[in-house]
Amino acid sequence: MNTIKKLAGIIWIVAGPLAIFYLVRTAAHEIAKKPVIDTKIQWGVFIGVFLPIAVGFVIFGYYALKGEYTILPGNSKEI
Amino acid sequence: MNQTSPQGIRKVILASSAGTLIEWYDFYIFGSLATVIASQFFPKTNPTAALLSTLATFAAGFIVRPFGALVFGRLGDLIGRKYTFLLTLIIMGGSTFAIGLVPGYNKIGFAAPLIVLLLRLLQGLALGGEYGGAATYVAEHSPAHKRGFYTSWIQTTATLGLFLSLGVILVTRHSLDADPSASILKFNDWGWRIPFLVSILLVAVSVYIRLRMKESPLFTKIKSEGTVSKNPLKESFGHKVNLKMVLLALFGATMGQGVVWYTGQFYAQSFIENTCHVDFEQSRTILIWAILFATPFFVVFGGWSDRVGRKWIMMAGMLLAVVTYRPLFGRLLAISDEKTKTELSDKKEIKTTRKIIGENPDTLRTTAVKQFYDDGLIMINTTTDTLYAGHTKSTIKPDVKVSKNISSGGYWQMVLIVFVMIIYVTMVYGPIAAFLVELFPTRIRYTSMSLPYHIGNGVFGGLTPFIATLLTTIYTGDKLVGLYYPLLIAGLCLIIGAIYVNNKIDPNVND
Repeated sequence: MNTIKKLAGIIWIVAGPLAIFYLVRTAAHEIAKKPVIDTKIQWGVFIGVFLPIAVGFVIFGYYALKGEYTILPGNSKEI
Repeated sequence: MNQTSPQGIRKVILASSAGTLIEWYDFYIFGSLATVIASQFFPKTNPTAALLSTLATFAAGFIVRPFGALVFGRLGDLIGRKYTFLLTLIIMGGSTFAIGLVPGYNKIGFAAPLIVLLLRLLQGLALGGEYGGAATYVAEHSPAHKRGFYTSWIQTTATLGLFLSLGVILVTRHSLDADPSASILKFNDWGWRIPFLVSILLVAVSVYIRLRMKESPLFTKIKSEGTVSKNPLKESFGHKVNLKMVLLALFGATMGQGVVWYTGQFYAQSFIENTCHVDFEQSRTILIWAILFATPFFVVFGGWSDRVGRKWIMMAGMLLAVVTYRPLFGRLLAISDEKTKTELSDKKEIKTTRKIIGENPDTLRTTAVKQFYDDGLIMINTTTDTLYAGHTKSTIKPDVKVSKNISSGGYWQMVLIVFVMIIYVTMVYGPIAAFLVELFPTRIRYTSMSLPYHIGNGVFGGLTPFIATLLTTIYTGDKLVGLYYPLLIAGLCLIIGAIYVNNKIDPNVND
């Protein structure tokens, strides 16, 4: 199980930038299709909100790969 | 230290839940009355007002909530839970009441949408701070073996807040005049303010109850020991040991929980109204019944999680959602699909009305075609177009509205389907407060649990109706394409949760 936890970390590291690439590409396509302020705000909000989350996802993957989740803290004192 | 008497814990739950319920009520009435509010404050003819409208919709729910979690979470870990969630309640109640008093765009121009936007942002900020405080407060009073059960009462408030907001709106809409159509007209004109103004009474009662409560015993303990965190934000997100748990809480639990919640309650209602074209009242009462029947299950699953652990109940809820969403939404579509039914053509009614508009003798023509089907479904197609007096202009695109009144059998089938989807919500949402509380230590608990909760629910969950609807406009061939977003997020969260999250219940949250 610990090996799966670590190896899956690679998937999460790759998935973050991939998701953002897909989001930016779709946003550019949709804004070009309908260049009104509503569309720009809508997609701007999506990118602005999901970009830091994707960064967090990469960090999560990095921690997983490094084995940080192999043993979770048994109680809050370990945090 | 956290062994409050059964009578005491009931007071704690009542005080916390009442306030949280009112905060959800306040937050939801804005969303439920979005169309009326838009016509009062955000006229589409004015691009700046329309821009403010979009900002009000997006910013409050998705950007400001996590900021509220940071601002009030930090405050809660520095000065205490009681005064922080008292403050969020006052901010929320005051903003809601104030929205009910703001003069319309036609009276004060741009100031109106601007004030409403600011008040809406305050609402989002307050909501971001409320939940973490209430959940932490109750959990810190609860014995270990009943933490899931007691905190699940807080979990009912989000759904009951929606129930209350829908109920107050429907009752107000029908009580302003003996004639139903006149009542609706009055509601759209000024009656919509009543649900906002009513809020101040509810908030006053709740503030009174909360003022009489004591500070959380665990926070009082760490305060007396001098171990209160000096910088909760740095400790929560700047230290790897805690940050990794925040990330796990988000990607392994709250992200999936958020989309299951918003799909089951909000996207389902939007789908029934906009895709199935079920009429305004029916689409809302379907949700009201389903909420009423399903709400007790929050407590059932919360209590059950004390015995079997939080993880697998939440994961089972996500799994069921991923497996059954498509067939359930497909069934909603089939119930309202007139093509699968036989029309009783002899009962068909066509009614045309003409109304002269403006000084030119142009005419507004409204044609309502009422069709009846063998299972009791009634479909009304209303086409509105303008007949110009001169022949220089012609209506290119008439406004067409479809409204279906589904049969009694179909209605209760829809209630059952939405009920099942809300059961999934109770599975993922019932145990989550206890789960989050147990992940973090007392000194930074409010901050650490609030952020993943509000990103999971505000961002991933709150965006569900928008992204799902957006997908249906991009990929027009499949009416169920909108479900790919919740399926993907819930599926991913299920995998991460199943692999990484621990099912162990932390018996000691006193640290």
